[in-house]
Amino acid sequence: MDHDNLRRLFWKRFSKNRLAVAGGVIVLTLFCFAALAPVISPYNRNDIDRKHILEPPSIKHPLGTDDLGRDVLSRMIWGARISLAVGFVAVGLSTFIGIILGALSGYYGRWTESIIMRFIDIMLTIPTFFLILAVIAFIGSSIWNIMIVIGLTSWMGVARLVRAEFLSLKEREYVLAAKALGASDFQIIFKHLMINSMAPVLVSAVLGVAGAVLIESALSFLGIGIQPPTPSWGNILTLGKDNIEIAWWLSVFPGLAILVTVLGYNLLGEGIRDSIDPRLWETERR
Amino acid sequence: MQGYLVKRLIEMIPTLFGITMISFFIIHLAPGKPTDILADFNPKITPEAREKIEKMYNLDKPIIVQYVLWLKKIVKFDFGESFSSDRRPVMQKIWDKKQPLLDRRLFITFMLNSISMIVILIIAIPIGVTSATHQNSFYDKISTTAVFIGFAIPSFWLALLLMMLFSINLGWLPISGLKSMNYDSLQLLGKIWDRISHIILPVFIMSFTGLAGDSRYMRSSMLEVIGQDYVTVARAKGLSEKIVIYKHALRNALLPLITLLGLSIPGLIGGSVILETIFGIPGMGQLLFMSVMTRDYPMVMGILTISAMLTLLGNLLADIGYMFADPRIRAK
Repeated sequence: MDHDNLRRLFWKRFSKNRLAVAGGVIVLTLFCFAALAPVISPYNRNDIDRKHILEPPSIKHPLGTDDLGRDVLSRMIWGARISLAVGFVAVGLSTFIGIILGALSGYYGRWTESIIMRFIDIMLTIPTFFLILAVIAFIGSSIWNIMIVIGLTSWMGVARLVRAEFLSLKEREYVLAAKALGASDFQIIFKHLMINSMAPVLVSAVLGVAGAVLIESALSFLGIGIQPPTPSWGNILTLGKDNIEIAWWLSVFPGLAILVTVLGYNLLGEGIRDSIDPRLWETERR
Repeated sequence: MQGYLVKRLIEMIPTLFGITMISFFIIHLAPGKPTDILADFNPKITPEAREKIEKMYNLDKPIIVQYVLWLKKIVKFDFGESFSSDRRPVMQKIWDKKQPLLDRRLFITFMLNSISMIVILIIAIPIGVTSATHQNSFYDKISTTAVFIGFAIPSFWLALLLMMLFSINLGWLPISGLKSMNYDSLQLLGKIWDRISHIILPVFIMSFTGLAGDSRYMRSSMLEVIGQDYVTVARAKGLSEKIVIYKHALRNALLPLITLLGLSIPGLIGGSVILETIFGIPGMGQLLFMSVMTRDYPMVMGILTISAMLTLLGNLLADIGYMFADPRIRAK
């Protein structure tokens, strides 16, 4: 099958999968919210209005106001930006580390593989959330630190995936042929092996964004993530907890946003996986 | 079989070293010395007292020497003293021998996680099996949807919603803590109910969010086993479907679940920080959170190391369990 054919098959399968399309729509909508935040948010996200604090949802403030009278809807729209940024930078970093370490261990084997796999075992043994908390406690909680720490603690899955792909790909004829023609290790790794193992990496990256969004919101909720006045869904929820007896809207809406976002990435990721799994194509052709 | 066990134990040694190294070097990421933090809390600290602390933690020596000295101490489970005002030893705060077992921090976290794990197993196995045997049915679709939501729902949000409903609006359950103020004056049955009513919500949330992964895993494991030849053989022999599924297929499908249980320990322990903090449960997760907020270095290092060691132990137990459950490995 040539590439165009593959792409068409992918879209055919993907567009038939209603859940996957729903996931795609959710993610696209989020992108729009994040990109258009300054234009579509009805109020300035940081405008304090002491006369209208903790107001329930109304026509003026569709999602209510918080303890300083700030408009919750506007803060949530800007929160989409934070969650998107953290998700993508963190996953970019973890995918990068995972690909490099996975490629090295899968391609070179022997002691390189032993050391990297041992390191992965160690990282998987330490409860990730504990590790993140500890590091953030010591280096401080700026948005960059959060992105980096999430990235540095979530690359193990990708590394394992890439290693497995490399192990099975490196014995294929086309790789052996490239080797016989005198291609360098660098060329083989990046030109021949990497490209052919990208599909599962893409799936795990999309699913990884969901995980990063959850971790960021948990950190912000606990007060060690994104710091106010910068709005994030997690730190709006903190206000919800503080005012749990009087302001349900501060708890309900941001949590719903996190849920829908994570659901969106998960559905999209699973949808992509089902649409590119070659084994599924086999059954369809039959 | 013994050879396999010995091999596993030897493999654990470098992992243990790695864990201690990571825990140790993390605190050196911080700008300034740990003693600066101590001084922040107690501005009246004299230079002499400061020097004494630096000596105690060997901060005047090169970092490698510091690490080796620290390692020597933690072999004896001595993680030093907490920086907080009570200055108690780290180990004593985690596992206070003067308190009844039920009130020791590590035990509380262990208990909550164990109960949740049992609940997860009791529910996840039948869900997974039924989804697999009725693949693509209405039931399968419902449970798949529930799994997706279980994966996506933030535990702290679910906690807030349930607190709002059951503790504030309905007033059925206490809002936080592990026992009521009047606990000591209660009768035995009252004491038991008091404890249970305090952990219902946290255990429910832990189970609900953990259920997703395990039931999904059970489903795919079962699907794989159902396709095997020996299941076809069992059917061909004329065995009833019940016996085929529950006697021949389920036993084999359960095997990979043992490994998954071992692997899910760090996630459960990590999640306990969030739930213990929200529900005000005095467990190890809450202690870590408080230590992180006050930058209590020895506490953080101690909890990080101990939790990783417990995970390692859990994985080992899972391996041993697997060994007992699977005759093929036992024979090797």
